[in-house]
Amino acid sequence: MNQSVISAQNLDLTFQTNDGPVHALKDVSLDINAGEFVSFIGPSGCGKTTFLRCMADLEHPTGGQITVNGVSAAEARKARAYGYVFQAAGLYPWRTIGGNIRLPLEIMGYDKADMDARVARVLELVELAGFERKFPWQLSGGMQQRASIARALAFDADILLMDEPFGALDEIVRDHLNEQLLKLWARTEKTIAFVTHSIPEAVYLSTKIVVMSPRPGRITDVIESPLPKDRPLDIRDTPAFLEVAHRVREGLRAGHVDD
Amino acid sequence: MRQSFLPVLTVVSTIFLIWYVAAIWLNAPWAYDKATRSGAELTTQTLIADTWSQEKPKLPAPHQVGAEIWKTTAQKKITSKRSLIYHSWITLSATLLGFALGTGLGIALAVGIVYNRTMDMSVMPWVIASQTIPILAIAPMIIVVLNAVGVSGLLPKAMISMYLSFFPVVVGMVKGLRSPDTMQLDQMRTWNASPHQTFWRLRLPSSMPYLFTSLKIGMAASLVGAIVGELPTGAVAGLGARLLAGSYYGQTIQIWSALIMAAALAATLVGIIGVVQRLTLRRMGMA
Repeated sequence: MNQSVISAQNLDLTFQTNDGPVHALKDVSLDINAGEFVSFIGPSGCGKTTFLRCMADLEHPTGGQITVNGVSAAEARKARAYGYVFQAAGLYPWRTIGGNIRLPLEIMGYDKADMDARVARVLELVELAGFERKFPWQLSGGMQQRASIARALAFDADILLMDEPFGALDEIVRDHLNEQLLKLWARTEKTIAFVTHSIPEAVYLSTKIVVMSPRPGRITDVIESPLPKDRPLDIRDTPAFLEVAHRVREGLRAGHVDD
Repeated sequence: MRQSFLPVLTVVSTIFLIWYVAAIWLNAPWAYDKATRSGAELTTQTLIADTWSQEKPKLPAPHQVGAEIWKTTAQKKITSKRSLIYHSWITLSATLLGFALGTGLGIALAVGIVYNRTMDMSVMPWVIASQTIPILAIAPMIIVVLNAVGVSGLLPKAMISMYLSFFPVVVGMVKGLRSPDTMQLDQMRTWNASPHQTFWRLRLPSSMPYLFTSLKIGMAASLVGAIVGELPTGAVAGLGARLLAGSYYGQTIQIWSALIMAAALAATLVGIIGVVQRLTLRRMGMA
């Protein structure tokens, strides 16, 4: 169980812009083990999304090394090692919910019967069974985001990368989706990397919380959560939870001293 | 439909009113001229009656144009050289062929521009330059050159239609094929989709609203191209030929009836595209 799935060593990423170089990531080292739920938290510009995009081979580090499943990020992407959930659901309006989930399966060349079975299975996982034939505009924002998670789960990838997937949703929907996401994680045993800027969300979901700070983007603290794996929503009122949240807040504050 | 009835009726009756008044104003000098020569006295009533019924008026009255259209459509055999339907069909066939060619060329160029950096940098200026050349200047050249290599009839006219109609399609489709945002393209990348898959599953469907808008403009331009293409062909057949023949012999009523016919044709063609657009986009959930 303690096998490292994503491993970054001394990762650097510098964007060349018209205003000079921007250090999006500086000397970032981190290991994510199989089955972990790791949250990345920090103010905007701290490089949390950039780091996630490096894992997905959507950005290319200018220094250091990153491996996913033991191979380079590019090879892992080509082997379809991960599902990626963006901040917006990004469903195609001209495809039904089922059609949208089928899209990556079509691209990857799954056969028809297998596709149907997978669509049914993931729709059930995100509690959207019966919505296969609906179009995206017929669903609420929260349901659309669940459909996009289902799409990322439909193919055989053991890693789920999520970039503020619930950032645009209201608090009540968000709580509900967080609860569902934990259940889903327990059932699928995937490794999840999750970017957020909500402290309660990070503490509630994660087994490991990575606190980052900006200019240059770097890791300031890595917190192993002492919370049990089974987490009802009201765990957020327990002293243990508040203590972790406090430590995250301290970490964020420390990162802010220099600006 | 019902809500738009009254405003449309108002606008149409205003146009007719202005048209009739303008006919009196423009045709009155000729009426006075005739009256002076024959020594007759013109009352207001006879003046108006005369200006609305001259044989070669400067501006024919709407009912004269209407009567001419009726005479040359319903009362003539379709195969007759005097049938406006026959001439419309000649123009329509060139328009449709040119439109199909122009749409094909436009989409092909757009795909090239979006996928090939060299084409992106080099083709667009030429496409824009091609539209700055007056079509009236280049149309006879196309006809003459194609005739010299043995191509005559429908195709040269269709080429001129194509020349005008490919432009809005290129511009619209380049924009349309580039309309998927970074996130959607990144998403395709996370699935390791091939460029081919990205084109058919994302770029092409995303470009549909742009395509239909371009097709409407392209269709109207195509009709203009076909009519312009008929002018230098020696006025054999087609709405353009009717316009030219009418202007040779001062047959203003014939000119106006051909013009109205061309306008009706354009409205119908663009309307058909509009219907297809509505149906397609509604089916795609993009309307």
